[in-house]
Amino acid sequence: MRRYALIRTLSLLPTLLGVTVAVFLMIRLIPGTIVDQMIGTEGTYSEQTVRALKTFFGLDAPIHVQYGRWMSAVVRGDLGTSWRTGIPVLEMILSRLEVTAELTLLAMLVALAVGIPLGILSARRENTALDHLARVASLFSLSIPVFWQATMLILAASLWFGWAPRVDFVSVWVDPVGNLAIMALPSLALGTAVAAVFMRMTRSSLLEVMREAYIRTARAKGVSEKIVVWGHALKNSLIPLITVAGAQVGYLLGGAVVTEEVFTLPGVGRLILWAVFQRDYPLVQGTILFISALFMLSNLVVDLVYGAVDPRIRYG
Amino acid sequence: MAEASVGTGAPAAPGQLGRASEGWRSSLRPALRNRLVLFGAGIIALMAVLAVFAEVVAPYDPTEMKVVDALKAPSRAHLFGTDRFGRDVLSRTIHGSRIALGVSLSSIAMALAVGSVLGLIGGFVGGWSDHAIGRVMDILFSFPTLVLAIAIAAMLGPGLSNAVLAIAVVYAPLFCRVARGPVIAERAKEHVAAAIALGAGSPRVIFRHILPNVLAPLIVQGSVALAFAILIEASLSYVGLGTQPPDPSWGTMLNEGRTYLETAPWVSIFPGLAIMLAVLGFNLLGDGLRDVLDPKLRGR
Repeated sequence: MRRYALIRTLSLLPTLLGVTVAVFLMIRLIPGTIVDQMIGTEGTYSEQTVRALKTFFGLDAPIHVQYGRWMSAVVRGDLGTSWRTGIPVLEMILSRLEVTAELTLLAMLVALAVGIPLGILSARRENTALDHLARVASLFSLSIPVFWQATMLILAASLWFGWAPRVDFVSVWVDPVGNLAIMALPSLALGTAVAAVFMRMTRSSLLEVMREAYIRTARAKGVSEKIVVWGHALKNSLIPLITVAGAQVGYLLGGAVVTEEVFTLPGVGRLILWAVFQRDYPLVQGTILFISALFMLSNLVVDLVYGAVDPRIRYG
Repeated sequence: MAEASVGTGAPAAPGQLGRASEGWRSSLRPALRNRLVLFGAGIIALMAVLAVFAEVVAPYDPTEMKVVDALKAPSRAHLFGTDRFGRDVLSRTIHGSRIALGVSLSSIAMALAVGSVLGLIGGFVGGWSDHAIGRVMDILFSFPTLVLAIAIAAMLGPGLSNAVLAIAVVYAPLFCRVARGPVIAERAKEHVAAAIALGAGSPRVIFRHILPNVLAPLIVQGSVALAFAILIEASLSYVGLGTQPPDPSWGTMLNEGRTYLETAPWVSIFPGLAIMLAVLGFNLLGDGLRDVLDPKLRGR
């Protein structure tokens, strides 16, 4: 297992390097630099000032040198400084990470708590009215855009309970109840679509496992249906869910951008949008790299967990 | 059997076309019997008709402002009400279907063309090119979908055509992977070896002998990706990076309706319902196509 973990971790490095190149080039392909923005269109600055500004921002060097400088800073944990605020990018990200991490985690919990039991129920009652209802509901869930669902939840909460989202965010460490009151609706809005994915996956996987020979054998031996499902089938049918959960982390991180925007939550997702509209390129670059690295890390964890749970993976 | 030729077998010879189309009809039958699939196809067909005949069907000009009619509740004159500029929400929703379908079809067509060609080349040629294509796709897969779309849209600048390009880049890796696997399996088959032995060039072997046999998974993924493309376009427009006002994109309309959520909820409700229906239509269709083209998964 240790060897598998090491190989899997090392194989991540070339991709991570590729991601840094992609993020770096993405920003460099945007027409205009900070110097162009500073001098504007009036052109009142002398050639010498422009050259000095380019040197100051490191834009005078060839692109591979710029990448080398940027990368050597990145590996030291320096993602640059925000052009708009003058605050280090990493500091800005870390100060908002708690919100995004909590939102993603709670949404995942909502998805697991709703999706898996519904999937089991749906599979156990295959082709009944309940099964059809659950499948149709899951298709509806997958079809609702997260920001519209969030908007409708706000509308319903405001009409029926006179509730409006709080503008001031409180940390879970300061006021856990107040924090939960703020995070409940966003997590619900973000987690519903993932719950539908889990429901469909659990149902399909359980149905497949229930047709396996070892289940037939257990039944032939007279084992009760309850033990067949809960003791034999369920554990194996939930293994593919690990991979699905890993893929859904990407959806949740992307969905967090719009969910934070709708509920005005001060997370990394909203920071990306702010940076984009402020044309704060070091911040755009830093936040996108950070989120992608987080996604890759979650995929690595999923692979390692999968390897630990299913020996066929690590010896395959 | 059409199912066999779709999934695994050799392409149909010209003389077999009659039988092949008969086979297609018989394999389509389970999907056509499924009322949900028909419902999905009906939604898409209705949206397509609305999109094509938007000028005729919509009661008002979608961009015409009448400030005296601002934020009017749904009535006979305005079935879906009006927005803050007095524009008819129904007309804007109808015209929005043109943008939603246009963006999703064009972006997924681009992604399908580029992604599957890269997958076909990688899978068929193998070696260094396969490795290079695979690594680039791995890099694109390392970004959360919406974050990548936002990054590309931000790089290119807000706008409809840039949103199309952003969605195409996001989905091309998916089609590349979906195409590559079956190509490797097809390459090892006798009919491909026979074509190569007869002197057929690589492009001919790929497009004539391999592509028809790997189309099934691509079509299924395409229909599901269309649903997600609508969601991504709406999300980009919602955050201000997709369609720009006054063009009536459903996402833009939802963003504009946010401010008036309590006083004029209809501005937000109807475009949202339209997005949901369109995505549901493609999802149902995707499920049905998957049942037809991959019978092993039927009913799962």
